[in-house]
Amino acid sequence: MVVILPFVGSLLTAFLLRTNSRLLPASIAGFVAATVVLMTAALYPSVANGGVVRFEIEWLPQLGVNLNLRVDGFAWLFAMLVGIIGVLVVLYARYYMSEEGPVPRFFSFLLAFMGSMLGIVFSGNVILLSVFWELTSLTSFLLISYWNQNPAARDGARMALTVTATGGFCLLVGLVILGNIAGSYDLDVILSSAEAITAHPLYLTCLILILLGAFTKSAQFPFHFWLPNAMAAPTPVSAYLHSATMVKAGVFLLARLSPALSGTYEWFMLVGLAGVSTLLLGSYFAMFQQDLKGLLAFSTISHLGLITTLLSLGSPVATVAAIFHMVNHATFKASLFMAAGIIDHETGTRDMRRLSGLLRYLPITGRLAMVASAAMAGVPLLNGFLSKEMFFAEAVETHANSWLDTATPYLAVIASAFSVAYSLRFIHSVFFGPPPMGLPNQAPQEPPHWMRFPIDFLVIACLVVGIFPNFTIGPFLHAAAVSVLGQSTPQYSLSVWHGFNVPLLMSLVAMTTGCAIYVGFRSYFSRCEGTPVFRHLAGQRIFERVLVTLSWRWARSLESRLGTRSLQPQLRWITFLGFLAAFLPLYLAGFQSRMLSPSDLDAAFLGIWTIGCCLAIGTAYLAKYHRLAALVMLGGVGLIVCITFLWLSAPDLALTQLLVEIVTTVLILLGLRWLPKRVGDLKDEMTFRARFRRFRDFVLAAACGVGMAFISYAVMTMTVPDTIANFFLNNAYTQGGGRNVVNVILVDFRGFDTLGEITVLGIVALTVYALLRRFRPAPDSLAAPEQQQVQALFDEQQPDRDAGDTVRDYLLVPSVIMQWLFPVVITLAVYIFIRGHDLPGGGFSAGLTMSIAFLLQYLAGGTRWAEDRIRVLPLRWMASGLITAGGTGIGAWLFGYPFLTSHSRYLDLPLIGKVPAATAMIFDLGVFLLVVGSTVLILVALAHQSIRINRIRAMDEAKEGAP
Amino acid sequence: MELVLSAAIGFMTACGVWLLLRPRTYQVIVGLSLLSYAVNLFIFGVGGVKSDEPPLLTEGASVALLADPVPQALVLTAIVIGFATTALFLVVLLASRGLTGSDHVDGRSDPR
Repeated sequence: MVVILPFVGSLLTAFLLRTNSRLLPASIAGFVAATVVLMTAALYPSVANGGVVRFEIEWLPQLGVNLNLRVDGFAWLFAMLVGIIGVLVVLYARYYMSEEGPVPRFFSFLLAFMGSMLGIVFSGNVILLSVFWELTSLTSFLLISYWNQNPAARDGARMALTVTATGGFCLLVGLVILGNIAGSYDLDVILSSAEAITAHPLYLTCLILILLGAFTKSAQFPFHFWLPNAMAAPTPVSAYLHSATMVKAGVFLLARLSPALSGTYEWFMLVGLAGVSTLLLGSYFAMFQQDLKGLLAFSTISHLGLITTLLSLGSPVATVAAIFHMVNHATFKASLFMAAGIIDHETGTRDMRRLSGLLRYLPITGRLAMVASAAMAGVPLLNGFLSKEMFFAEAVETHANSWLDTATPYLAVIASAFSVAYSLRFIHSVFFGPPPMGLPNQAPQEPPHWMRFPIDFLVIACLVVGIFPNFTIGPFLHAAAVSVLGQSTPQYSLSVWHGFNVPLLMSLVAMTTGCAIYVGFRSYFSRCEGTPVFRHLAGQRIFERVLVTLSWRWARSLESRLGTRSLQPQLRWITFLGFLAAFLPLYLAGFQSRMLSPSDLDAAFLGIWTIGCCLAIGTAYLAKYHRLAALVMLGGVGLIVCITFLWLSAPDLALTQLLVEIVTTVLILLGLRWLPKRVGDLKDEMTFRARFRRFRDFVLAAACGVGMAFISYAVMTMTVPDTIANFFLNNAYTQGGGRNVVNVILVDFRGFDTLGEITVLGIVALTVYALLRRFRPAPDSLAAPEQQQVQALFDEQQPDRDAGDTVRDYLLVPSVIMQWLFPVVITLAVYIFIRGHDLPGGGFSAGLTMSIAFLLQYLAGGTRWAEDRIRVLPLRWMASGLITAGGTGIGAWLFGYPFLTSHSRYLDLPLIGKVPAATAMIFDLGVFLLVVGSTVLILVALAHQSIRINRIRAMDEAKEGAP
Repeated sequence: MELVLSAAIGFMTACGVWLLLRPRTYQVIVGLSLLSYAVNLFIFGVGGVKSDEPPLLTEGASVALLADPVPQALVLTAIVIGFATTALFLVVLLASRGLTGSDHVDGRSDPR
């Protein structure tokens, strides 16, 4: 519930995109966040003493992936952090976000992020965790790019997404391996099978993958570079995602999984190296930043490195210190970001070189920021001090005997000194010194009280925790530590004063060194451009270079080598691969065709197919230069196919094939007029390349042909197994009420397929119509066809003829017969339709016959003549067809049957007698209507082009004549 | 019977594939038609070939001998859809020809 609520709020806010109010989305977000806090807080009694609250919904139980939510002390603490800082950030953003931006979008994303973050925290299943992990990457991307008109924001967002999502993918793989080792994706099971995991041969792989996920998310070296670039986000986002919560997800995961993964040498080395180098480099880089948020970003990186280092040590106290520092860092860093946001908001710049002496304008904010940065530097009496002391104490102790362990305390002191230096620099350069000159905003002043309230709250928290740790954070921290460490929770003391000991000495050294560094290099810091020594260690540049190489150069060269925009190579490859796909399995399986004795050769059948094959070859040969001849031959092949169907007991197919053949031929004939004239040039010199291409195609075609012949022979000579055919044959009459089994299958048993098919037909017809509406023929097809020109010339030359006479006289007798045949063909269509259920025929063939009836009228008298006399409205035919067919299906619902259930009975009509009447018949009527409509629409749309072309020509001539 | 039919399917496939690989749109459309004849006949042949036993039920006759109606139903829809795709392809062909002024499959005018 706690997890779902922010998503609901996010959706709700998304609906407010049009609103102009800044208050409404913010108040929704604030309400949601506050509810989350309260609900989480209410869970505390059940987790306080190491208890775990579980909640489970089955999601994909067969894969072991369930929606397991699980709250223990650690999750609770983290969720409170997410919730409380969420409330504060919403409050802050309410004042920070400018009204011009799409504020509801901001709050919607923010809430979505909050939900995903809570999802990570509460997940009791590692796959679920990984899903939420990706969701935080996505929401972070959306939030960084909130000011999407700003290129820096877009680049930063893209970089953050690329890095964290790549890491997230590694994490998913790692978690899947982990789950397989443990035998379950359930977090509890994984945590309790530590020995099995660390002993497994895949442990190292799994560890590296999970660490990649965690390090990218928590901006650990060498993946730290995305975080400074993510600072292009609005400041509330930086405060919330990129310091307090999201970047903590990585260390959260490390802490969460540390009982299962830690304690090994690999863990210590990998995590420790990353942690120490991040700690050191982050604080080093932070000193040289000129941008306030950049400084804070590198400081965040360094503190995350500190937490990682603590986790690498693997000792219980170090884990407690890590958890403690997560909370502490979130409090002081969020307040510092908000303070930086206020400075930016009030002065218009974040450049430390331009800012100075702001304390006189922002007295309260300035003092708050000072306290917060003191906590960041680890000054006593503040919370940062406590966890830093714990860190020093742990660094001194030896955990694993290696050079890294020996070096850690020294490196820790150096990093701490750096952090003192950059904290000092932040405070001193911004708030002290002479009044600022040349600020974009001349009169900075204190922000509204409620905008500063989050900082007040957090800074007071720093102080209170720093002075009275045991009364404030103590119990919660204990609950969290118990839930992570279980039995091995150590005795630790959270107090300000531990007496004079090594950690205190280290703190003192760090403080003095830090102050010395700042005093010594102060002027250099404000002058320097970029970071000295490590300037070339720009992860960003490397990242960009990798991206360019991967997504541009490699992709380009791959595309140019393997890709093509020409159709022919593509088709060639498809055909070739298709051939291989059929050939290889059969060849490898040792397939052999059975030979039947050729005794059953039928001479007549052989004869017609000899003609058929000749016609097919002729078609192939003539299709280039003699289109009409090729079309006639193609029709011939079609007729022979039709005869074959008839011969081999498929009268329905024969009928349909014949009708389709007629329609297709007319269709292509209509299209021929728009193709360019092409005359075979006998002297056409064939280049070697062309010859080779032809030869290759010929071989491929021959191979395909032989293969097809071989396979079809094998299939046809197989004894037919017991198929579903028997079901249809046995039940067609009793259940479908028809004797023509093919038709019963189409309109009854498989009626839904047919419905889909006629829909496709309708869509194709509409597409054809739409494409032809804007059709513009090629310029060389614009002129009237040659034949018409000859006829017109003849009319002009003969004195006794008027223009157009020859066209009118053309095929006079056949056209009169065609006109007379109109009713006859319609009757035939009706006849074919009615007999369809019992004898060959049906909606498809009847529809085609009907459209041929119309077609004949167009052929006989021409388009104009036909349309003067009959008005065919194909769209209405199609619509009524679809409605009839669909309505028949829906009608079955009214009687309580599934969609398209048909009913059949015999009706006794007067005079006619017994008539079969099935609801499938009505469905067939729908098919009929749609086929008529679609066919006529296609043909008429094509036929109309000749009329349109005359109009276009007339318009062109008028245009030429006008000027 | 089967031998002739499969040889015919082979011939039509070969001619169809050959035309499919040619550079002119008209050749491709004719090739597709030929190929669809071959494929239709192939699907039809999967049910076994029988003469003179159409799947029409008559009183008292045994159904065991009748031709398989399922491939027939499949092929019947295939024929109609084949018509529709031919029409669509033809129109695309014409539109491409109108747009590019060429009947090459890639819209190029130079015969390469």
